Amino acid sequence: MPTHRRMRNRAVLFTGLVTAAASVVALTGCGSSSGSESADGNVTIEFAQWWEPELPDGEFRAMIDKFEEANPEVTVELVSGPYASTKEQLFAGAASGTMPDVVGLDGAWVSDFAEQGVIADLTPLLDEAGFDDSQLVSQVQVEDKTYMVPVVNFVYPMFTNDDLLSQAGVTAPPETRTEFADAAKKVSDLDGDASGWVLPLSLEAPNGVQNDVMSWAWASGGSMLKDGQPDLTNDDVTSAVDFIGGLWDDGVIAPGSFTMKEQDKVEEFTNGRVGMMIDSLAHINLIRETNPDLNFSISAVPAEDGYSGERGIPYASWGIGVAENSEHKEAAAKLVSFLMSEETNSELSTMANAFPGNTGSVPAFVEDDDLFKKAFDIYQAGYPANEFVGLPVAEELMRQLGAQLQAALDGQQSLTEALEKAQTEWEGEF
Amino acid sequence: MSLRTFTAPDPETLVKGSRPSTKRRQLRRAGESYGFLAPTLLLLLVLMIVPIVMVIGYSFQDNVILKSSSEFTGIANYVTVLTDPGFWKATGNTLYFSVISVAAHLVLGLTFAMLLNSRLISAPSRAFFRALYVLPWLFTAAVIAVLWRMLLSPNGIVNFMLDTDVEWLASPQLALGTVTFINIWAGYPFFMVSLLAGLQGIPQDLHEAASIDGAGPVQRFWNVTIPQLRPIIVSLLLLDLIWTSQQFALIWLTTGGGPIDVTEMLSTYTYKLAFANYDFSLAATAAVLVLLLSMVLAVLYVRHQKARD
Repeated sequence: MPTHRRMRNRAVLFTGLVTAAASVVALTGCGSSSGSESADGNVTIEFAQWWEPELPDGEFRAMIDKFEEANPEVTVELVSGPYASTKEQLFAGAASGTMPDVVGLDGAWVSDFAEQGVIADLTPLLDEAGFDDSQLVSQVQVEDKTYMVPVVNFVYPMFTNDDLLSQAGVTAPPETRTEFADAAKKVSDLDGDASGWVLPLSLEAPNGVQNDVMSWAWASGGSMLKDGQPDLTNDDVTSAVDFIGGLWDDGVIAPGSFTMKEQDKVEEFTNGRVGMMIDSLAHINLIRETNPDLNFSISAVPAEDGYSGERGIPYASWGIGVAENSEHKEAAAKLVSFLMSEETNSELSTMANAFPGNTGSVPAFVEDDDLFKKAFDIYQAGYPANEFVGLPVAEELMRQLGAQLQAALDGQQSLTEALEKAQTEWEGEF
Repeated sequence: MSLRTFTAPDPETLVKGSRPSTKRRQLRRAGESYGFLAPTLLLLLVLMIVPIVMVIGYSFQDNVILKSSSEFTGIANYVTVLTDPGFWKATGNTLYFSVISVAAHLVLGLTFAMLLNSRLISAPSRAFFRALYVLPWLFTAAVIAVLWRMLLSPNGIVNFMLDTDVEWLASPQLALGTVTFINIWAGYPFFMVSLLAGLQGIPQDLHEAASIDGAGPVQRFWNVTIPQLRPIIVSLLLLDLIWTSQQFALIWLTTGGGPIDVTEMLSTYTYKLAFANYDFSLAATAAVLVLLLSMVLAVLYVRHQKARD
């Protein structure tokens, strides 16, 4: 064989092998570990959350920069994405043992992560970091161990379109269920396409069951659990669901409930098509920006007639936790302590238009804005209530109850049967 | 005395030694071939074979992924899934959704392709309408879902134009038909473009010969056009059936499988098992069952392709 031909063959063979080797390297190099430690003892920790994209541009990074200035040996790499991507990333990380060091948590995930043993007990970590956990507004525990600390809380009061209510002859936001039903009926009876209330029951994002259905039971001091087990057929839940069924039969609920999501609900309210909704305080600015002419106010979710006790107010949290597999738990705990400190937590809650997770923090908007001030008063007069936090497969529980309620509201079964079936389904998940 | 013939030695052999044996040459040649194939084989192994084998393995175990203590459970997961009424409801819905969608895709695609292929339409008009009709196919499932959710909402433009207040997607009686309609709208251009290419490839002589023999337009359609398009039509039907039966994004983003369970498909059923129940064993089992159903269609498709060759 001529030399040039043999050399060409060798070159081709070499190229083939190099390509194969490069593929192996590329494929095996896809995985990455979380935090790392450099030779001089500095550590880099990863912090995965969905908060940064939801906050004004650059503000969260600036806050983390302050932490890095105070702790020069720690570098924080923010892994930011939308809520759904963060959730998928964390569940994949939990399965593969590559969870980032510090993780943004939703209360609905805590039980599953704790059961897998992929998030750490925060109490000893915060102790070591010198943080006094009595400053915390709440802690999410599973079997007496704290796995999540709510950093900021978004409460869900009742929003009322005051112009619509006024046109309907309702002079003040309703405080009881009877007043609410009456106001809803009057708004629906107005000329035009306005409805009294809006109830999102989409099964894709089933949190309407938590915020718009169960909130009626919590607002009257009720509970859907008994000794940590499902208790959907009790008087509190039955009465709340019967009340909703009554509103449905009266035709005062905006059409499209069965596929409506939270953003659709906000849109209906913002466009002046519903008189009342239960929604997150986080949407106040969105509503103001989208429809500056909308005259609305907020109040506590109405309670059962004659109820005078403390009212539970639904909430959702941006929670925080530390991965069990983190090699830098000390640095991770420092970051958690920093975010939960009185000053930083005030700043973060101001940025997020949410209520703080530190008892001593006061967000600036409470002093500047009447609506937020009122919400803060409602928050302080009642207690944060969200019994789905810490439950196993919380989202699926909401979906199961949602599907049963849809079948009942569609006339395929009674509301009592819906609750009984959901109770049976829930018992299978606990 | 015999004469011996001496051949001059190959100078290359003198310098480098004797040539490698035939076997070594074959081995080296095979090595080269596998070297070139290696990246593709490796990718196939890592991205296809390993995940499929792992999912099949998961379907025979319990507590996979989320817990370290998973045990072999035999066919228990298959019994659980196959005895779940939700699975059969999802199978029925998937069948309805796929068959109606594919049939409508064919009818609409063929109709539009024949309109565009008509000699009555000028070239610029044809280009314009081809671009217009192909538009739905250019949108992603997320865009299609958002678009139709807005159009069909109780306060949407469709109800406004019809002067109705129908809950197209939220009504348990209408939702399955509505998502099927949206899927038909989104998928017919694939048929239209492919069939238009097929129509343009049919020799004009055949139509002329049929006309001379006295065939009318309908007879020419059934006896010339359809037989000529049959190979393309069969391929399209099988491919579309496979794709439509796996439709997830459109269903998830419009109805989430609801109201109640009227639009639950095998894809959404499997997704919920995995990411709402975190029961990856049962999700793997449902996925394997979907794989088996798809395999039947895939085998039919491959056999059809081989028969064409």
